[in-house]
Amino acid sequence: MSENRQSVRVGVYVCHCGHNIGAVVDCKAVADYAANLPNVVISRDYKYMCSDPGQELIQQDIKEFHLDRVVVASCSPLLHEHTFREVLAHAGLNSFYLQMVNIREHDSWVHEDRAAATEKAKDLVRAAVRRVALHRPLERRQVPINPRVLVVGGGIAGIHAALTLANAGKKVVLVEREPSIGGHMAKFDKTFPTLDCAACILTPKMSQVRNHPNITLWTLSEVTKVDGYMGNYQVTVKHWPRYVIEDLCIGCQECIEACVFKAGKTEDEFNEGLAKRKPIYIPFPQAVPQTVVIDPDACIQFKSGRCKKTCVEACGERKAIRFDQQEVEEVVDVGCIIIATGFKTFDAARVPDLGYGVYPNVYTALEVERLVNASGPTGGEVVLRDGSKPQAIGIIHCVGSRDARTNPHCSRVCCMYSLKLAHLLKEHTGAEIFNFYIDMRTPGKGFEEFYQKLLHEGVHMIRGKVAEVTDWALDPSEEGKLVLRVEDTLAGFVRRIPVDMVVLSTGLEPQEDASEVRRLFNISCSAGGFFLERHPKLAPVSTFSDGIFLAGCCQGPKDIPDTVAQAGAAAAEAMALIDAQVQEMEPNTAFIVEQECCGCKTCIPMCPYSAISFKEDLKVAWINEALCKGCGTCVAACPSGTIKQNLFEDEEIYEEIKGVLNYA
Amino acid sequence: MPEDLVQLSPGADEGPFEPKIVAFFCNWCTYLAADLAGTSRFKYAPNIRVIRVMCSGRIDPQFVLDAFAKGADGVLIGGCHPGDCHYQEGNYKTYRRIQVLKRMLRDLGIEEDRFRLEWISAAEGDKVRTVVNDMVEKVRALGPLKMQVPEEAFPEEVPA
Amino acid sequence: MPHSRKPDPKGYLYFPGCSLKATGVAYQESMLELFRRLDLPLEELDDWNCCGATSYMAVDEESAFLLSARNLSLAHQAPGNRDLLVPCAACYLVLRKTQDYAEKYPSIRQEVSESLRAANLPDMNSVKVRHPLEMLYNDLGVEALKAKVKRRWRGGHVACYYGCQVVRPYDEVDRPHNPMRMDEILRAVGVPTVDYALKTKCCGGSLTGTIHDVGVRLNYILLKEAARKGAQAIVTICPLCQFNLDTYQKEISKATGEHFDVPILYLTQVLGWVLGGDPGKLGLKRAISGQEQVKNWMLSYEEVESYV
Repeated sequence: MSENRQSVRVGVYVCHCGHNIGAVVDCKAVADYAANLPNVVISRDYKYMCSDPGQELIQQDIKEFHLDRVVVASCSPLLHEHTFREVLAHAGLNSFYLQMVNIREHDSWVHEDRAAATEKAKDLVRAAVRRVALHRPLERRQVPINPRVLVVGGGIAGIHAALTLANAGKKVVLVEREPSIGGHMAKFDKTFPTLDCAACILTPKMSQVRNHPNITLWTLSEVTKVDGYMGNYQVTVKHWPRYVIEDLCIGCQECIEACVFKAGKTEDEFNEGLAKRKPIYIPFPQAVPQTVVIDPDACIQFKSGRCKKTCVEACGERKAIRFDQQEVEEVVDVGCIIIATGFKTFDAARVPDLGYGVYPNVYTALEVERLVNASGPTGGEVVLRDGSKPQAIGIIHCVGSRDARTNPHCSRVCCMYSLKLAHLLKEHTGAEIFNFYIDMRTPGKGFEEFYQKLLHEGVHMIRGKVAEVTDWALDPSEEGKLVLRVEDTLAGFVRRIPVDMVVLSTGLEPQEDASEVRRLFNISCSAGGFFLERHPKLAPVSTFSDGIFLAGCCQGPKDIPDTVAQAGAAAAEAMALIDAQVQEMEPNTAFIVEQECCGCKTCIPMCPYSAISFKEDLKVAWINEALCKGCGTCVAACPSGTIKQNLFEDEEIYEEIKGVLNYA
Repeated sequence: MPEDLVQLSPGADEGPFEPKIVAFFCNWCTYLAADLAGTSRFKYAPNIRVIRVMCSGRIDPQFVLDAFAKGADGVLIGGCHPGDCHYQEGNYKTYRRIQVLKRMLRDLGIEEDRFRLEWISAAEGDKVRTVVNDMVEKVRALGPLKMQVPEEAFPEEVPA
Repeated sequence: MPHSRKPDPKGYLYFPGCSLKATGVAYQESMLELFRRLDLPLEELDDWNCCGATSYMAVDEESAFLLSARNLSLAHQAPGNRDLLVPCAACYLVLRKTQDYAEKYPSIRQEVSESLRAANLPDMNSVKVRHPLEMLYNDLGVEALKAKVKRRWRGGHVACYYGCQVVRPYDEVDRPHNPMRMDEILRAVGVPTVDYALKTKCCGGSLTGTIHDVGVRLNYILLKEAARKGAQAIVTICPLCQFNLDTYQKEISKATGEHFDVPILYLTQVLGWVLGGDPGKLGLKRAISGQEQVKNWMLSYEEVESYV
């Protein structure tokens, strides 16, 4: 039902946004033009509409001029629509009597022709003035928020977010797909720039997670489905069988000792394939939960059914091992979700020139972390594959980063961890260390100082991209070595540096299944494949789906301090939502005008959320407002135009069309 | 012709023809991509006027016809890539409707290049630029769509 | 490249290029003998012209495209819709590049079309320009070649030298970094190969003629590394690579004091021999270096006697 167009009083506000809009669009001209449009009572241009004085200006005008509609031409509504809606509310006007016009992202920032940009702004403002006249007063529906939070991913980001929430008294479910939490950080030896032992700072937090009364920890579990909406999600989680009952296992590991495999035959994932493990194993000594897990692909019992099962024997009375355990699905209700699924390292084999997989003594940085680690496959001894000690080591930065052939982005942590490894390797082996870099990126607190320390330790820094790692020996001194051929750009010539061991500083990439995971949660990915944040500067942990937050490297490469900061931020955002106790839903739902519905049922199968049902008694369709998400597909489908969408009614859109085209 | 109707076809003294393209962008992907084009400061032709909808599934083919009837020289619909719709399936519905609509437009004598459906994801700011520029040039080459009908004429019967 | 494991029964067109008629005649001889052994018809492209190789392409690119276009057009015109095999690496690259650029750049395409039309030749669209290494690997396959082995290789380890032109920028012949197809073929037919890190490092091409010292040094590096890895011969697929590696060994030996006398063989010579081809028809005596080894390995006592 449209109101009589003639009776509205519209205020138009054209923002300069400093120079952002004002330098291209002639805001005064637009405001002057708008002043002469039908129904416009007051039309102004102003430097910064979103600022306090700007907002007050609108509020004053509403009171003084008895405005009942407001048009704000400024930045993208996705940025400030809610801001200006609040302004109207504070002035006693229904929030939805606002229409925003995007003359920044869609106009001043993308056009150079000032005259054309101004004309465009006028067209868009005119359209908004026409449209807003038809706006009806709407109320946001309030829904209660389920106070439980789901955290997906048990690395440092997920752990910190979970603990922050749990300490605030919130109930958290932490889901991790590996058999233990800890993520990549558990594999590190020392962390930059303090050279803190990673395990020492991580494991206390891991224990806290395990012991916290407010945290339900589900490992070997994955989210398979997400239903519902912000504040009320129903999440289906699949629990993979561990074949060991967590509550019964005491972590004595006698079963591992007793296993019929005397030595491990399967690649140990935690040690990056540098060691082997048995089919029954514990991922690493400080694993949480401290529960053994059986790998059904390696275990004889699963393959042939005829193992002696010495593990069961060793477990004895505890009877924790259950070969018949099945996967189980469970649904949990939560209000918010924090996604902290982390990253994967770049596969160095994709850059064959650097010899990974070709020459045995070429390692990735993560492999070297394990070598250097006292609980790693070599007990902390850094040795070559044949057991000898390296005399010279080359560390190559930017493998799979800052490269048009692989990933254009900078992975942010590699320069620092390369320097850290240089220090650790020098400490462990006394070898000559060479770092090959493009730029030395050390932006964090204490980072540049760390770099200076390395220089004093005598690590050689060569600015140049290594062209190839080869075993070609030009003279006897290069026999048996790996030669790095690189242009030393500061010295100005090509060098051959023979080393014994090469370390590839591989970059960070999104997880392998990032594009599937993001569909699960209905969020987007940005260009590099990492999850998309709502705003890179002002909302780095939110997404465009309300109630779903991001933390850590799944949103983009970053180091541990930034990850922890983000995790805290995500927890805070989640808490803000929960503590508000109710959430207001955007009132752009669809509704059916019952008297006009002829019961053709065209709309019913259209809804992906099954929000539309048929009232058999009245022979009309009905939309459950609580389930409607406001896509409008049924609205477009209805043959008789009976279904209408709040905020996006047909008439409103027709007015916009007429407005942009300057039709009568 | 009514007085406040802007002349859309250029008169002798009005310079080259500037097509008017009406675009319907879905909130979650294409509108965001256009915002990204803005923050990236990509430059493209100013001939486009964007109308925001929550989902490309909201777009009634009548909007498209209405736009042409009211003076648009071209119409562009932007939605999420198949499989990525924020509302699961809205863009599939759009796709289906567009197939029928295209045949109608052809039968009405509206050239194919005047109407376009593009899947543009939130990360594809550059695609917004290339699509808009390309479409503007194609429509410019076709010239103005001479289908505009003044509002009062709508209820009139067309004499046999 | 989706090629089924079946050679074309109609056979192949063959573009020798100038070198295979002159300094690289051993390559032609052995190629013809090999294909005879494989029972695959090989027909020389009628009225082919010089492709200009990389030198002309570097000096006058436009005209170079036209030279190649003529050859491609003749191939396209030849009956039977056969692929064009181009053993010389430089000819291969130049012909392939002409095809690629004409497709990518409308201005070149236009120029080529106009010139061909002026010469009353059809357009050069769809001829497949292939190198025999890739054809042997894909159309015949390593297993099929293995099954045809008639002689046991009596020579030592060899280093497979691919040179730079067949693997860059087009990767259809083999992958640019660490190509292995020649190695795979030779290993399968009983010729052991060594790990050779310099297998795609440039031999200098015509530099041995222009800036002689630089060119010769590049070849010294190649020869030395092959020897260091235990190779007793180098097998190649480019006539200029063969020429460079073969010709200057005495000079290198004198200049460095390190002795080099290594046979530089064509893949077609080695394959032709192992598959039972006539040793007298493989051009084995046309090289300079390593002739003693070639005599011992590939020309038996009886065959030496009968080969005049």
